[in-house]
Amino acid sequence: MTMVHSRYGVEAARPEIWVYLEREPAGGLAAVSLELLSKARELADEAGWPAAGLLFGEAVEGLAEEAIAHGADRLMISQHPELATFRIESYAATAYAALMAFRPSIFLVGATPDGRDLAGRLAVRLRTGLNADCSDLRLDLERGVLISEVSGFGGGVLALIEMAHHRPQMATVRPGVFTVTPADPTRRGEVVPVDYQPGTESWRTTVVEHMIGERLDLTQTPILVAGGRGIDGQFAMLQELADLLGGDVGATRPPVDEGFIERERQIGQTGIVCRPKVAIACGISGAFHFLVGIQEAEIVIAINSDPNAPIFDSADYCVLADVHQIVPALTAILRAGARPGKQTLVAAGDPQVPAGREGKRRRGDDV
Amino acid sequence: MMFDFHMVVCVKIVPKPEEVRVDRESRRLDRANARSEINPPDMNALELALDLKDRTGGRISLLSMGPPFFEMYLRVGLAMGADHVYLLSDRAFGGADTLATTYVLAQSIRKIEDVDLVLCGEESSDGATGQVPAGLAEWLDLPQITLVNRVDLNLEDGLVRARRSLPGGHEIVTAPLPALLAVKTAANEPRFMDFRRRPWAMADGRVTIWDRKALAADPALCGSPGSPTAVSGLEQARVRERKRLFLQGEVDELAAQLAAILEANRS
Ligand SMILES: Cc1cc2nc3c(=O)[nH]c(=O)nc-3n(C[C@H](O)[C@H](O)[C@H](O)COP(=O)(O)OP(=O)(O)OC[C@H]3O[C@@H](n4cnc5c(N)ncnc54)[C@H](O)[C@@H]3O)c2cc1C
Ligand SMILES: Nc1ncnc2c1ncn2[C@@H]1O[C@H](COP(=O)(O)O)[C@@H](O)[C@H]1O
Repeated sequence: MTMVHSRYGVEAARPEIWVYLEREPAGGLAAVSLELLSKARELADEAGWPAAGLLFGEAVEGLAEEAIAHGADRLMISQHPELATFRIESYAATAYAALMAFRPSIFLVGATPDGRDLAGRLAVRLRTGLNADCSDLRLDLERGVLISEVSGFGGGVLALIEMAHHRPQMATVRPGVFTVTPADPTRRGEVVPVDYQPGTESWRTTVVEHMIGERLDLTQTPILVAGGRGIDGQFAMLQELADLLGGDVGATRPPVDEGFIERERQIGQTGIVCRPKVAIACGISGAFHFLVGIQEAEIVIAINSDPNAPIFDSADYCVLADVHQIVPALTAILRAGARPGKQTLVAAGDPQVPAGREGKRRRGDDV
Repeated sequence: MMFDFHMVVCVKIVPKPEEVRVDRESRRLDRANARSEINPPDMNALELALDLKDRTGGRISLLSMGPPFFEMYLRVGLAMGADHVYLLSDRAFGGADTLATTYVLAQSIRKIEDVDLVLCGEESSDGATGQVPAGLAEWLDLPQITLVNRVDLNLEDGLVRARRSLPGGHEIVTAPLPALLAVKTAANEPRFMDFRRRPWAMADGRVTIWDRKALAADPALCGSPGSPTAVSGLEQARVRERKRLFLQGEVDELAAQLAAILEANRS
């Protein structure tokens, strides 16, 4: 049977793992790129392959040290004023040229806005496969085949996806899925320049305004207070608790879909994967799609009024109660700064009636 | 040009998530009894197109690759204000990953010919990951702007000007037409069906069905043969073992125990 052929095949590919390196607005390498470099290093060590980073920018050789310390044996770098900021046409063209010239077997990209744009475009240009939003990556050493783990539509099942006949084997991984291994400043690596050919694109996009302020980064929050359908949209109540704890508010998908809270706060398979010290799940049933987002939490507390709620199977501390009573009571104790153990003196009487329903907020009118 | 401005909205039909049951034993999906709907993010893409049509004129075609039963759900889009449906249906399209899906969608857009703007949703809710828009733009050699929540056309200069919603803010990008936009989920409030259009939409509304031959699509690029990726196995998800301790007591006692637990684990 004839099937689609990638631009370069298994025979022509070199046993190398490449990671697309994204830059933070502040200048350093993006956390997701360091996470991917760490994973690439781990796989490369297993296989005895080199790992390389692919970096574009105007004057970015200063980042070589960081990339090498985090696991790159080689930094492929293309520097040109045209590459100062991400534009899909120039970045895709340069990445394509580099990949075709060096033919790595594996190419990993962060599942960020830029990374998704780039990976989706490149995979088609290379006529290869793309495993998007992987939850883990392994290497079949015998065949040199990347096995990407993706959580399925249904709960609880992981699909293992591979491409046996196409190269490079592309995969995207979202921020927060892998952990960064500590930098090793004694590591050595080389820097290899990659050509940028100006003016090869048939069209041009122009960024006429770029206003990015502080980014909400729930992947790094120490305490997550997550609300589900069971909190009836009362995120103000959760925000108060989160503020007292020095944490952040997250949500399941239904309240996001209903416009109670921004999509940026959705936790789970199609949202954020975070690794807090404590995750408090309020009025959340515990669907697998949600649970993958708090899998890495050290401690999970669940508050739910249904004794059969599946969330209780995935929690360390289970509170079978009405969230509208527990949360205000807890907030009152924390606010009073009561010493644990003397609680009965503090929060006697009716728990505070929670604040009114928060107005419906729709995403799309940010800033 | 203005009145013939032609927008194609790519729409997938997906099972309603609340009707998909996961079998507790096998942990597999039971979609048998699930009704379907237009992928909710694609409703945002359609609404954006309808809003442009209201403001600037033009016409809207819906484009979908999938089995014949998609048709009845796509007609909802006609009732909302779209003018035409193209449904790409062929057994040869089955088992398509992103590469094969985008190839077939691209072939049909080439066949439709006079397309000025292609719109997609951010991602399909049945487990895909938003890679179709960029891939489709690549097959068609069109500029792509993703995560769009507002659009204006500058027909004199042949430009589309789109506002992108990004983590922590926004960006405004212009691109020459024709172009492809992927619309940010929940960017707008999709309108309801127009009841006056409904009878027309459900009965007479134009639905063109194309198979592989009609698209002159290369069988090696469609469906399974056109898909580099394959599922090589299924595994039970790892679930982390948890303590599962039920706290006991009245509300105040429960809250106090929680406070103590939080106090002990905060830093
Ligand atoms: C492809 C796909 C991807 C998805 N991705 C995600 C994702 O990334 N994140 C996500 O969260 N979901 C996702 N979902 C949806 C997911 O399957 C569940 O539908 C969702 O997580 C359920 O949200 P919930 O627990 O808030 O709501 P429900 O399941 O409705 O649960 C509400 C809970 O609140 C409890 N409750 C009600 N009132 C009270 C009260 N007064 N006090 C205490 N408890 C109360 C109820 O007992 C119930 O357990 C996805 C679905 C699909 C199909
Ligand atoms: N089978 C399909 N037919 C038409 N459009 C599709 C199809 N699959 C995906 N799309 C479009 O591509 C977007 C992203 O889908 P995905 O990449 O599958 O997450 C969707 O919101 C649709 O606009």
